[in-house]
Amino acid sequence: MTVEVLLVEDSPGDVRLTQEAFREAGTQINLHVATDGVEAMAFLKRQDPRPDFVLLDLNLPKMDGREVLAYIKDDAALRTIPTIILTTSEAEADILKSYQLQANCYLNKPVQFDAFEKVVKSINEFWLTMAKLPPHERLMNRTSVTEFERKEEG
Amino acid sequence: MTKQVLLVEDSPGDVRLTREAFRDVGMSVHLHVANDGVDAMAFLNREGGHADAPRPDFILLDLNLPKMDGRQVLARIKNDEGLRTIPTVILTTSEAESDVASSYQLQANCYLTKPVQLEEFEGLVKSISDFWLRKVRLPRKPQS
Repeated sequence: MTVEVLLVEDSPGDVRLTQEAFREAGTQINLHVATDGVEAMAFLKRQDPRPDFVLLDLNLPKMDGREVLAYIKDDAALRTIPTIILTTSEAEADILKSYQLQANCYLNKPVQFDAFEKVVKSINEFWLTMAKLPPHERLMNRTSVTEFERKEEG
Repeated sequence: MTKQVLLVEDSPGDVRLTREAFRDVGMSVHLHVANDGVDAMAFLNREGGHADAPRPDFILLDLNLPKMDGRQVLARIKNDEGLRTIPTVILTTSEAESDVASSYQLQANCYLTKPVQLEEFEGLVKSISDFWLRKVRLPRKPQS
């Protein structure tokens, strides 16, 4: 099954490297790119498709990655989407704040091309092949599932 | 620096396999084990016999546990201002979609299923160690 990945990244170079690294890893993914926070929010609200997985930079134009993260994790329907911070920031305050906002994990973007590729490959290997991602189709209609359960009980 | 890992697991066999796999990766890991949910919470809150317990850098949590369920432990960790920043990864035999969904809903950092085969189990623990303890930036404990 194809995994829908949302990459929120303003650097065209990093977008391209990420695309190439995923392609080389050979996992079936659809990589959607939002180049600023506002675009990312629009994509998330549209839910067409709903991403299975979000890779989020912190420093973005228009709307910050921290705000996008807070929005995802405050929304009952979106919060189950694993959201991985991928940023050049090594500031302890950014790391702590991201985990407080319930980022699923925090990774640093290496500057070197080879190292960058390795990080994307390890994300691919760990998150897209080993980890179980939440089932989204049914979860998208959380209310109707609850209603269904209620009916079954009654 | 030594990473403090809390493993919440009631199966002695799985505890042993996890311990050995961590030892094999050659990282400096101090593995603390809680055999049920109540013991895990006591460790995290430094209660009972755990007055000197360190704050874990990372938690591996089984779902089906005696006394207090892993789901309850997860909910308590993620509802606690002081504990919620500790990455908590579910490691369970349950493949039920409802368990996967509810764990992410409760803000588990990641959900992994335990392979039955010994070698695969070892491989998984090594991957966890390599990804979470080497590549991922873990939060420093907040200064109080």
